[in-house]
Amino acid sequence: MSTNDKRPDPDKLLASIIREEEANKRGKLKIFFGMSPGVGKTYTMLQTAHQDLSKGVDVVIGYVESHNRPETNALLEGLEIIPRKRLDYRGTPLEEMDLDAIILRYPYLILVDELAHTNVEGSRHAKRYQDIQELLDNGINVYTTVNIQHLESRNDTVAQITGVTMKETIPDEIFEMADDVELIDVTPNVLLDRLAEGKVYAPAQSKEAVQNFFRKGNITALREMSLRLVADRVDKQLRSYMQQKQIQGPWKSGLHLLVLVGPSKSSAKLIRWAKNLSYTMGANLVALHVENTQVLSEEQQEQLSKNIDLARQFGAEVIITSGNDLVSTTLDIARKENITHIIIGKSGKQSFLSSLLTRDNFVNRLLKESGEIDIYIIEPGFETKQYKKKLSASPDFSSSFKSYLLAILAVLIAVILCLPVSAETGYQSISFILLFVVLILSMLFRLGPIMLASAVSAVAWNFFFIPPQYTVKITKPEDLLAFCMFFIVALVTGTLTSKVRKQELLTRKREEKTNALFHLTSQLASAENTKKIIEVAKEDINKYFSVEACFLLQDGDGKLKKKQNNAKPGNFTESEYSIAQWVLKHSKKAGKFTDTLSLSDYSFYPLKGIKTKPGVVVIKPNKKFNGETELFWDTFLTQISNTLEHHHFAQQAKKANLLDESDKLYKTLFNSISHELRIPIATIMGASDTLLAETYPEKVRNELYTEILTASGRLNRLVENLLNISRLETGKIAPHIDWCDINDLFNKVADNLQEDLKPYHLDMVVPSSMPLVKLDFGLMEQALHNLAYNSCKYSKSGTTIRLKSFYDNGYLIIQEMDRGQGFPADTLPFVFNKFYRAGNQSTGGLGLGLSITKGFVEAHKGTISVENRQHGGARFTIKIPTEVSYINI
Amino acid sequence: MNDDTILIIDDETQIRKLLEITLSASGYKIVEATTGKEGLLMAASHQPSLIILDLGLPDMDGMNVLKNLREWFHKPVIILSVRSSEEDIVHSLDKGANDYLTKPFRTGELLARIRASLRLGQTTNDNPVFEIGDLSVDMINHIAKRKKELLDLTPTEFSLLSLFVKNQGRVLTHQYILKEIWGYGYVEQTQYLRVFVAQLRKKIEDNPTKPVLLVTESGIGYRFGV
Repeated sequence: MSTNDKRPDPDKLLASIIREEEANKRGKLKIFFGMSPGVGKTYTMLQTAHQDLSKGVDVVIGYVESHNRPETNALLEGLEIIPRKRLDYRGTPLEEMDLDAIILRYPYLILVDELAHTNVEGSRHAKRYQDIQELLDNGINVYTTVNIQHLESRNDTVAQITGVTMKETIPDEIFEMADDVELIDVTPNVLLDRLAEGKVYAPAQSKEAVQNFFRKGNITALREMSLRLVADRVDKQLRSYMQQKQIQGPWKSGLHLLVLVGPSKSSAKLIRWAKNLSYTMGANLVALHVENTQVLSEEQQEQLSKNIDLARQFGAEVIITSGNDLVSTTLDIARKENITHIIIGKSGKQSFLSSLLTRDNFVNRLLKESGEIDIYIIEPGFETKQYKKKLSASPDFSSSFKSYLLAILAVLIAVILCLPVSAETGYQSISFILLFVVLILSMLFRLGPIMLASAVSAVAWNFFFIPPQYTVKITKPEDLLAFCMFFIVALVTGTLTSKVRKQELLTRKREEKTNALFHLTSQLASAENTKKIIEVAKEDINKYFSVEACFLLQDGDGKLKKKQNNAKPGNFTESEYSIAQWVLKHSKKAGKFTDTLSLSDYSFYPLKGIKTKPGVVVIKPNKKFNGETELFWDTFLTQISNTLEHHHFAQQAKKANLLDESDKLYKTLFNSISHELRIPIATIMGASDTLLAETYPEKVRNELYTEILTASGRLNRLVENLLNISRLETGKIAPHIDWCDINDLFNKVADNLQEDLKPYHLDMVVPSSMPLVKLDFGLMEQALHNLAYNSCKYSKSGTTIRLKSFYDNGYLIIQEMDRGQGFPADTLPFVFNKFYRAGNQSTGGLGLGLSITKGFVEAHKGTISVENRQHGGARFTIKIPTEVSYINI
Repeated sequence: MNDDTILIIDDETQIRKLLEITLSASGYKIVEATTGKEGLLMAASHQPSLIILDLGLPDMDGMNVLKNLREWFHKPVIILSVRSSEEDIVHSLDKGANDYLTKPFRTGELLARIRASLRLGQTTNDNPVFEIGDLSVDMINHIAKRKKELLDLTPTEFSLLSLFVKNQGRVLTHQYILKEIWGYGYVEQTQYLRVFVAQLRKKIEDNPTKPVLLVTESGIGYRFGV
C-alpha cells in the first residue's frame, strides 16, 4: 500500500495527458511578458519572429503596435502583415485585427500584440484574448504580449501600488494556458533611462506618465511581482513535469480551497486573492455562493453574477446552493468537496445590523465549527468602505420616491377620515386605526416608506388627536407614554410585517422556479419526439422567461440544419446562422448581452448535452438576465439539452434496431425465395433432361410432362405472389369496386382450384336471399384463392373445406373453414405476417399468401381474422363494408 | 389441315420459337416480326388470317400497333402479353382485340382461342340458327332450345344469349354487353348484368354453380362457350 502512495494520482496523470493531447491539436501560445510598458516586449517578439522566419517558419503579423518607436518599426520590415480591418465606430474609423483574414491565410505562426486589448464594439469578440483563443482553436500558433497589470488576479495589487486602475484585464486562465512565457526584464534604471530618452512615449506624454506610474518604487514592486509570477509558473511546470515522469518529489496534492462568493465588490477581490493562493499552492479552487433570505438589489445581483463569472474565469468550480444558516451550509459543502482551506473576508459578508440580529458572529462560528478545515481570513481592503457606504443605501431603504409619497398620503387620508369621528370615539382608538394603516402599508412597501409612515402617523396622531389638538405639545404623561409606545409599536409591526412579506416573496419565487422546472421536466418526459420536445421547451421558455425562443438543431456533422421548421422569430440571416454555428462549435454563448458579437439582435446559447451538442437556442431578449435568472436559464437549458440528447440516442438505437430487423427480413426473403425458385427449376431441368436423353414409354413421359407443368405453375404462383406483395407494399392496389354475385365469385375460386380441391369436399354456403354486393372481383378471388389453397395444403384429403357467405347489417361476411391442423395458439397473431410460415415447413411456399389476402381485404376497408375451430381446423372470417342490391327481374 | 397464316409480333425469341413449333404442328403457316413497325409491314404484305400481338415491343407500344392495325385490318387479333392488369385487358379489348392471354399461358388454351377467333371471323354464313353443344338458338324466330326443349326466356335474356352466341369464344367486356343490350346509359349498371347472367345460367347450364357455357372472366366480362 505504501508504494501506492508514492504513485502520482492517476486522475491527475490522465488530466495532464489529456491536456497535452488537447494542446497538440491546438495552436501553441507564447506570451512575451513584462512588468510595464517600455520593457521591450514587442521588440523581442519581433526579433524572435525574424529568427523563426530565417528558419523557414511561415510567420505573419496579425496586429503589432509599434508606438512609432523607430527600432520596432525597423523590425517590421520583411514580415508579412495581414491588413487590419477598418471598422466604423460611431463615425470614427477604427482599425482592428482581421480575424477572418488570418484564419483564411492560415499561417503557422501569427504575431498579435497587446493581449489585453478591448475590441471595438461590433467586432466578433469583446476582447482580443478571445480572438487569440479562436486562432489557437484553429490550430494557429500565436505570439502575443502582455503586462503584469493586465492580469485579472494582479489587477488590484497593481492598483494599490501605482494608484492606477487598469480597465483592460485578461483572465489568469489565458496566462496559465500559455505554452511558453518569456519574461522581458530590464532593471528599473534602464527603463527610466529609456523613458527619459523618449523611447517609450512621445516626449510630451512622458513626464506625466513618469510621475504617475513610472516611479522607481512602483517599477521595482511591479518587477518583483512579475519575477515571482514567472517563477511560480516555472515551479508549477516543474511539478507537472515531475508528475508526468513519475519523479518523486515533495509536490503538494489534494489541496482544495473554497472561497465564499457574495454580492459585494470586496468579494471579487477575495476571489482574486484566493486564485493567487491556489495558484501558488497548486490547489483546486471551489467558489461557493449561498443564497439566503436576503433580497438583493439589482446592483448587487449584477455584482454577484460578475463575481461568479470571475470565479469561473479563474477556472474555479462554482457551486451555488441555498441555505439559511451560512455557516453550516458552507461547512457541509466544504466537507463534501474535501475542502482543506476556506477563505473568507475579515468582516464577513454581513452588515452590522444582521450580525446584531444573528447572535453568533459568522467568523467566530465558522472558526469554532470548522474542525480540521483551515480558515483564511482576508482583509478585504480599501474597497470595503465604499461598499459599506453603498450598503447604507441598500435595497430596503432605497424604495422609490413614489412609494414614500404614497405612504405619507395614505396616512394623511386616514387622518382626514378619522377627524370627524374622533370626537365620538376618543383619540386613543384613533391610534389603532393609524396602526392598522401602517400595517397595511408594510405589506405593500419596503422598509423605508414604512418607517416614514410610522413616524408620520405618530406625529399626526399627536398633532391632530392628542389633546391639546393641533399642537405638538403633549400635556398628560400617559399620553406621552402612549405616543412613544405608538411610535415603537408602529415601527416594530411595520418592520416585522415587511420582513415576513419579503420572506414570503422569496419563498414564492423559489417555489415558482421549482414549479417551472418541474413543469418543464414532466412535459419533456412526455414528449415523444424531437419536434414535441422543442414545442414544449419553447412554450415553457416563453412562459417563464417571457422571450420567444428558436431552436437550431445540428445534423450530426456539427453543422446546424439550415432548414429548421421552427425558424421563428424571424428568419435568420446568413450572418446570424454563422454566429449560431460559432456558438455550436465553441459551446459558448454569444450575441446580445454577451461578450462575443454583442451587436446582434439575438442571444445565442449552446445546448450542451452530456456527450453531444444538440444545437443552439436563439432568443431575442429585451434586457440582460440578472444573475439569478441566468442561473435558472442555464438549468433550463441543461434540462432541455439532456432530453434532446437522450432522444437522439434513443432514436439512433431504434434506427439501428430497425436496420437490424430489415436486414433479418432481407435474409429470410433471400433464403426462402432462392429455395422456392430452385425447387421448381430443378424439377423442370431434370424432367426435360430425362425426356431429351431417353425414350421412355408414354406413361412415364406423360408423368414427366405433368411434373414440368406443375413446377411451372408453382413458379408462376411465386412470381404472382411477389408481384402482388410489391403492389401492396407500394400502395398501388386500388380496388375497382363493382357489383358482384358472391355465387359467381365462389364458383370462380372453385374452378381455378379444381385440381387442388379434388381430394376434398368443397361446401359452398350462400343463402338464396343473398344480395349483390360491391367489391373488386379479381382481388377478392385472389384473396379467397389463397385461403382455399392454404386449406388444401394443410388438410387431410377427404375432409371438408367450406366457403360461407352472408350479409350482416352493412357488412359482407365471408368465411373460409377447413379441418386441417389449425394454428398453434401462440402463433395466431402472426399468421398474416409476411414470410410467416406455419411450423411445418415441408409444404413449401414463401409465406406470402395470407399477408396478400389480408392486404387485399384491407384494400376493401375490410378486416380479416383467424381462429381455431372447436373440432380442429382453422376459420378465417372476412368482414367488408358494402352496399347491396336486391334487384330482381 | 388448314392454310391460315398467323403473324406473330413479339420480340422474345423464346416465345416466338415456342409459338412457331406449337402452331406449325397444328398446321398453321407462321410469319414472324420482332418490332411493331415490322409487324405492321408484315401484316400489310402477308395479309394473315390472325395476328398474335405482344404489348411490350421495343420500338412502339403494342396498343398503338393494335390501333393502327384496326384502321384497316379486320381479321382477329389476339393479345399475348405479360401485362395482366384488368385495365390493360379491358382497354385492349375495347380497342378491338378479339382476345387476350397473359404470359405464362397454356398452349392448349392458346390454340383453342385461335380456333375460336378464326371461326368467329368466318361465321358470316347466313344460317340464323346457332348450335352449341345441346343448345340451339334461332335468331330469326327468337327461339332457344336446350336438349330439344324450348327455353322460357325473357326478351332481355334472349338478347343476352344471342349476343353471346354471336360472339362465341370471345371475351365480351361488361361495358360492351351493357351497351349492346341496355344501351349507352346503362354501361355502369353492372348489377343488371349480374342478375341476368345468373338467371340465364340457371336456364342454359347443366350445373349453374359450375358454368361451362357462360364463363366469368374475373373483373373483365364474360366468355361464351370455348
